[in-house]
Amino acid sequence: MSAALAFDLLIIAALVWSAARALIVADLFRGVVLFIVFGLLMALAWARLGAPDIALAEAAIGAGLTGALLLDAVGHLRAKREPEA
Amino acid sequence: MSVGLLYALAGAALFAIGLAGLLALPHLLRKILAFNILGSGAFLILVGLGQRDGSVDPVPQAMVLTGIVVAIAATALALALARQLLELTGRMQLPEDRADAETDDA
Amino acid sequence: MRRVLPVVIVALAALLGVALAAAMLALPPHAVRLPDDVAANIAVSGVAHPITAVLLNFRGYDTLLEIAVLLLALFGVLALVKSHAARAAHPAHPLLQTLARLLAPLMVLVAGYLLWVGASAPGGAFQAGAVLAAAGVLLRLAGLLPAWAAPALLLRVGLVLGLLVFIAVAAAVLGHATLLTYPPALAGGLILTIEAALTLSIGLTLAALYLASTEVRP
Repeated sequence: MSAALAFDLLIIAALVWSAARALIVADLFRGVVLFIVFGLLMALAWARLGAPDIALAEAAIGAGLTGALLLDAVGHLRAKREPEA
Repeated sequence: MSVGLLYALAGAALFAIGLAGLLALPHLLRKILAFNILGSGAFLILVGLGQRDGSVDPVPQAMVLTGIVVAIAATALALALARQLLELTGRMQLPEDRADAETDDA
Repeated sequence: MRRVLPVVIVALAALLGVALAAAMLALPPHAVRLPDDVAANIAVSGVAHPITAVLLNFRGYDTLLEIAVLLLALFGVLALVKSHAARAAHPAHPLLQTLARLLAPLMVLVAGYLLWVGASAPGGAFQAGAVLAAAGVLLRLAGLLPAWAAPALLLRVGLVLGLLVFIAVAAAVLGHATLLTYPPALAGGLILTIEAALTLSIGLTLAALYLASTEVRP
């Protein structure tokens, strides 16, 4: 198994794991943080696929801005003391 | 197995995870998270399958770039709608999901 | 019954994932080779980077519609905001303020660089616009920028400028050939003009999506 293949398998395992955990974990804040981690790992995946433009856009827009929007929503939810599912 | 095909398979897995989350989870914020994961899986499939013979293909990459921007636009609108629903009903769940849960507990 | 439904959904989604994977592994080799078409025509596209050429020239119509969709989403968010009073900025910790004041001009510079280098290397309007939006979010978090829900005239012009410039260029070249077929001599300049307007609009719109949906917390 070459180093590149091992690296790819590691990234894919981390992608699937963080995505699944983001949806399942009980605390919504942790879910959003895991989602941001997922977005940054996606940027790595795009770099591996030879797509630096997408990597830039995913890191800035997909992880950064979407993460900011979601974190603000979670904070708003907590401020209203909404029981989270 | 080329890099493209490997990531396309990962995209299929993410697509399945996102779809299951979107349909099964009642909380609206989690549905939005699942929708984003669904989209990322679809983007990986689009680029991965296009590059499954090892070449770098700019056309699906440009499409995915467009898709990422549209995804954040949809996420922002969905979050605004969810907050409006929270304002009006006090819960972050769709009324029909809440009704199902209540009849389940009864 | 309701307890079983999530399990059924997960099982069906897993089945779909396996079916997708099986279909992918059984695909025949490519029938159409698009990278060859792009490489053959990139000399007349006006830029050297293939992705910028595809985004702004070969598939320019898709980008035009995408900007319109982004603007539509912003209209939706603005329509849902409850009060239209300007929400004042509450300055944050002095360290964060100083950091924001130092970083924001640098981010504008990085955005300008990404815009310029997009013609020949990875970069372009979307990445530059995203960095601008991040600068806006940073200034908001440092309390230096107020949240707003009712944009004034200058802000409105900035938000729609990208779409308008794009449509204007498309209309201007319509008499020359089909939609969005730039004359090869002018293609580079037209693409840069469109990208500059797009950077401003995308940056403002993405920042607006964040600024309009947040509120001041006591």
